[in-house]
Amino acid sequence: MTRPLLEIRGVETFYGHNQALHGVDLDVREGEIVTMIGANGAGKSTLMMTICGVNKATRGSIHFDGTPIHLIPPHEIIRLGISLSPEGRRIFPRMTVFENLQLGTAAIGPAHFDEDVQKIFALFPILERRQSQRAGTLSGGEQQMLAIGRALMGRPRLLLLDEPSLGLAPLIARQIFDTLKELNKNRGLTVFLVEQNANHALKLAAKGHVLVNGRITLSGTGEELLTHPDVKAAYLGGGAR
Amino acid sequence: MDYLAQQLINGLTLGSIYGLIAIGYTMVYGIIGMINFAHGDVFMVGSFVSLICILLFGITGSTDIVIGIGILMIVAVIAMAISGVYGWTIERLAYRPLRGSFRLAPLITAIGVSIFLQNFVQETQGARVKPLQALFAGGFTLHEGTEFTVRITYMQILIVLLTIALMAGFSLLISRTSLGRAQRACEQDLKMTQLLGIDVDRTISMTFVIGAMLAAVAGLMYLLYYGVIDFFIGFSAGVKAFTAAVLGGIGSLPGAMIGGVLIGLIEVLFAAYFSSEYKDVAAFSMLIIVLIFMPQGLLGRPEIEKV
Repeated sequence: MTRPLLEIRGVETFYGHNQALHGVDLDVREGEIVTMIGANGAGKSTLMMTICGVNKATRGSIHFDGTPIHLIPPHEIIRLGISLSPEGRRIFPRMTVFENLQLGTAAIGPAHFDEDVQKIFALFPILERRQSQRAGTLSGGEQQMLAIGRALMGRPRLLLLDEPSLGLAPLIARQIFDTLKELNKNRGLTVFLVEQNANHALKLAAKGHVLVNGRITLSGTGEELLTHPDVKAAYLGGGAR
Repeated sequence: MDYLAQQLINGLTLGSIYGLIAIGYTMVYGIIGMINFAHGDVFMVGSFVSLICILLFGITGSTDIVIGIGILMIVAVIAMAISGVYGWTIERLAYRPLRGSFRLAPLITAIGVSIFLQNFVQETQGARVKPLQALFAGGFTLHEGTEFTVRITYMQILIVLLTIALMAGFSLLISRTSLGRAQRACEQDLKMTQLLGIDVDRTISMTFVIGAMLAAVAGLMYLLYYGVIDFFIGFSAGVKAFTAAVLGGIGSLPGAMIGGVLIGLIEVLFAAYFSSEYKDVAAFSMLIIVLIFMPQGLLGRPEIEKV
């Protein structure tokens, strides 16, 4: 079996004085969608920030395509072919939609910009109509599309998505998940997704993991987890029935 | 009326110089949230480099004006280059190691760098004031009144035009280039900018270099306008330009330009109608008034303290 695109081994990360991750192991293989679900404060975003090098792992290792990335600064990690659509979207509110998309190519240069921006507009037509508007004036769903669009502009080999459905109307969330599925199917985009919205995320994913207090407590295929009684009880609101 | 018109011309010229310095303060504040108190002294260094170049190239009052201006442009480029190196080095040695430290730390080193630069120039160039003979004396008479004649000198025209050109070029850099985009991104969300693969350390370095370059041209203009400099000019010009940046709204680039012109006008009008000995008081009082009554400045955004 070939080596996974993203290989996380025994990662421990501190958030201030509190240990947020207690030895996380995880693989993401090329062409897969992998999901991590977990409640608020389980360490999902810390894991994302650890992959990106913003928080440094105090123990363990992270390899991307064989390169040990736990030792290098964030901008160099991103330049290896990882894009992040972060928690809270973090678009640049006082820049236009178009400029936000331009910034998405910072890691790879502007060579493919015109071609790629058309693809993003095809994916999210609303962004084309709003392209010269300040990003801060967009609605939450539009901002999420922009954050994903900006991440895709970097032509990532691995797309990291941190709670893309947070704060969105169910219909918009659905639309975003459908888009991800399409990108995965048609372009072979590799995705690592962390979500609280377990239902959507697990349906989408080939593999799923459950993160509780900084530890992976359950792993399996998306299907398996969807029907797992613990997951049902804790994340799918099925506990009472 | 004529007297007032003359003061407006003088104030605009002086304000151009302050505006160019103010950009350096506001840009650095916008990105890393610190006041670079050594910036005024980089302006002073630029002024000294300009003086040395002018003397080396041998421009005098009798040099042909076209050749003279050509050489001055070369002087400006040299002053920009050398001051840019100063700006880069200061950030690298005095501020970067303290990034992520408590907020006051880089402020203290900034004051340290300021004192160092003043003493360095005082030691190497001497403490006495350095005069420069007037270059391209002369100008246009705009209006000949019975009591007062309104004039604009060639030097004033040169200063204002050069400032407009630099600010236009600078605005283009900020709005159109990838460096400018990266700088604006850093200003809005430093961490996210990093997560787009942008080397924010490099972007911050470039911000210091650009600020220092603009200050160097301001230093050249100051030298040409007043014809006399010393190692201490960076202090008062620095505080006034800082006031300009605060008045315009710290963090706002158009604000810095507008604030610069306003401070120039305030200083000149105060000197003309009240007291020229106390003209510095006008600008410094302005700083206090703005900080008390309008801390966000003319074009600034209300401060939202990020956690």
